[in-house]
Amino acid sequence: MADTTNMGAPAPHRISLTERSPAVARRKRKDLILQGFGLLAIFIAFAVMFLLFASLIRTGHTAFVQTHVTLDVYVDPAEIPLDGLPRGGFQDVVTNALIAKLPSADEDSERRAVRNIISNGAQFYLRDRVVADPSLIGQTISIKVPVSDAYDQLHKGSISRDTPEALRRVNDEGIAWFDELIADGAISKPLNFSLITNADSRFPELAGLRGALVGSFWALLTCFVIAFPTGIGAAIYLEEFAPKNKVSDLIEVNINNLAAVPSVVFGLLALAVFLNYLGMPRSAPFVGGLTLALMTMPTIIIATRAALKAVPPSIREAALGVGASKQQVVFQHVLPLAMPGILTGTIIGLAQALGETAPLLLIGMNAFITSAASTPFEAATALPTQIFIWADSPERGFVSRTSAAILVLLTFLIFMNGIAIYLRSKFERRW
Amino acid sequence: MILLAFIILFVAAAIGYVINIRAAQAIRDGGAPLHSLVGFHGMFSALVVLVPVFILILLWIALADPLIQRLVAASLPEGTFDGLGTGAIQLIMAEINSLAGGRVFGTPEDWKIEAAERLVGYERTADIALVVVVIIAVIALIAFARRTVIAEFRARQGSEGIMLRLMAFCAIFAIFVTIAIVFALVYETSKFFSMVPITEFLFGLNWEPQIPIRADQIAAEGAFGAVPVFLGTLVIASVALIVAIPIGLMTAIYLNEFASRRVRSVVKPFLEILAGVPTVVYGFFAILVVAPWLRSTGASLGIDVASNTALAAGSVMGIMLIPFISSFADDALSAVPQSLRDGALALGATRSETMLNVLVPAAIPGIVGGILLAVSRAIGETMIVVMAAGLIARMTINPLDSVTAVTVQIVTLLIGDTAFDNPKTLSAFALGMMLFIITLGINVLALRIVRKYREIYD
Repeated sequence: MADTTNMGAPAPHRISLTERSPAVARRKRKDLILQGFGLLAIFIAFAVMFLLFASLIRTGHTAFVQTHVTLDVYVDPAEIPLDGLPRGGFQDVVTNALIAKLPSADEDSERRAVRNIISNGAQFYLRDRVVADPSLIGQTISIKVPVSDAYDQLHKGSISRDTPEALRRVNDEGIAWFDELIADGAISKPLNFSLITNADSRFPELAGLRGALVGSFWALLTCFVIAFPTGIGAAIYLEEFAPKNKVSDLIEVNINNLAAVPSVVFGLLALAVFLNYLGMPRSAPFVGGLTLALMTMPTIIIATRAALKAVPPSIREAALGVGASKQQVVFQHVLPLAMPGILTGTIIGLAQALGETAPLLLIGMNAFITSAASTPFEAATALPTQIFIWADSPERGFVSRTSAAILVLLTFLIFMNGIAIYLRSKFERRW
Repeated sequence: MILLAFIILFVAAAIGYVINIRAAQAIRDGGAPLHSLVGFHGMFSALVVLVPVFILILLWIALADPLIQRLVAASLPEGTFDGLGTGAIQLIMAEINSLAGGRVFGTPEDWKIEAAERLVGYERTADIALVVVVIIAVIALIAFARRTVIAEFRARQGSEGIMLRLMAFCAIFAIFVTIAIVFALVYETSKFFSMVPITEFLFGLNWEPQIPIRADQIAAEGAFGAVPVFLGTLVIASVALIVAIPIGLMTAIYLNEFASRRVRSVVKPFLEILAGVPTVVYGFFAILVVAPWLRSTGASLGIDVASNTALAAGSVMGIMLIPFISSFADDALSAVPQSLRDGALALGATRSETMLNVLVPAAIPGIVGGILLAVSRAIGETMIVVMAAGLIARMTINPLDSVTAVTVQIVTLLIGDTAFDNPKTLSAFALGMMLFIITLGINVLALRIVRKYREIYD
């Protein structure tokens, strides 16, 4: 409209956002550049995440199957006498069965080389069957035993047949034998349940996570039993009952700082106080759980206080109005309403505790233990420390087992966080 | 046995609860008006039984075993420990303990077997004594609680008083934890500084934590100068922050200003997943993917990259910190009042100008607080550096070199069996002490900045 009244006179140039001018274009370009940077940052984060999971799945998926060989074993009474159980020449018997399958192998001179095809633990598969049913002695039975790590990797393709023989962990002769077994149909690749049912082992093909899962279970149980009631008690006190004074302030600052203390410092505390002064057992999941409880407690306190704060004052006032005492108000009205939020925070805290490694290393939960703990006071490993142990092991088979163990750990974490998200969305009320 | 004691305790608490409820009901049925509800009388009894006996059992667990060990050690033949270090003494006690547990290696001396038998005897006595004491205590407490049940007894005030104290104790427990941390660190650190001068630790440029195995060993004097260790942590943390700060901030800015609701609802949970990945997984990622990739890239460019370069540990740690920084920055940007945003847009500023010239400056304290917290996490982060960084302390700031970190040294010095009498073990506590002080200082500063900033707009 201004143009029509000022007809004739040159209009003073004003910049408007709707008009195309070099300055506006430049400013809009800046807008786009900033957006571009933002998108780039998100893309980088996504890419790294994708790379992380892809590399874990790529190396880890092979550990979910295990190469086995099926053998017809003649349980020779001369090698395995009935009255000698559970001792006996199980290894020789299994090796005999394997050599019988390989006509090209010389029985005497190449016995050792042939034996290397099957796992060192194969004899125990036979032993367990024979001990369970001694009448098998003298019969020929068909058993499926894992092959050793080198041949497992060969079959899964991690060891290339094109590599020069000198650089390969299996020689040409071994490959020839193994191919004979494949041609014979004796080799199979079933799902690897021993990853869950076996405890740790020096041999990758036998190593499993049972000890670690049990250890983590005991540690988390201890952590929950200690941290949950203590955390809720502390939160209720601070939120509902504490007088507003210096002491309460101090406690509050203290809890916030405790939540940010590096986890390794909690490990030092556990080592010096629990193990050294109090003489608690090394490597015990109970001590691990105790340490994790100290770390989880601030998380639970902070979550519980937030949940209690979210309950509107009208609920409290109504309950007080009909004559409830202050504690009756809290325990019978406020706490039940805050429970979903508290549980969500607790589960997230426990998920963090499940992945925590450093304090457990310091109290010795990285020991090599080949059986699962039956009580929380026995030595055990935990899932993250087991991952750490396997990541340190040089064998190729342990690389894939480490990735597989990480995938198991991440599955648990996603499951726990899933429960937390479900609880939050299902039960949380907006007032 | 401890389990049995706990079971007895809980059963006794339930019995006390029922007895008192019955008694209170009888009084009420008799026509006398009770001061408190029946349930409070039961509650009072249960609490009176539970709390003291529970504390008793916990103390027993904490004190019985060390006491028994001391008794056994004192009962050994005269002069057994003469001239032995604590390590050797611990070895003897461990042997006796394993003998007592039924694990016999070789042929132990007779006095060891005797000591083991004594140990088993003491332990059995202690177990029986615990159960007997618990039974006597619960009976006495149930009887005491039962005698309180009269019409005028203020059972509600009684049980609520106990509950309140319990909850207050839970709150103070957090302070106990801090005190325990400080005490443990200070005590072990002071032992360390009585062996190694504090000036050497703080200013020494050489870190070789060794102890002589034989007294006459050559070059056995360990060096405990912590400067290169802290320098290594600094290098790795700097790399991490160089990765994390731009990506984290840019993510927060985009999510806060430009992203649609749908993008936000996808990216936010994804960042939460990234934040929830355990650090041991990041550590494995660093050695499995990042370090070999850096090395081969370096080789193809003709640069010599160490196999456990600080770059690998640092960049992976940076990835770990991205969600941390972005969520803090996002919160800080969201807390800026809408009026500032509206005002800037109304003046004709573009969205990027609003963001960079108005919102970010207004949110700077919150962002800085978040970054400081990220710094403290980077310094205290353990597993990534334990797995991906080096062990040898070097005076270098070249991120392509292999450097070590404070947490790496703590973990490697303390893994395996540890005796608390040599500077090698104790130096880990001195490092832990420094770590604790530094992270605590940064945290206090960061929380203060964040809190102060929140007050401005509230």
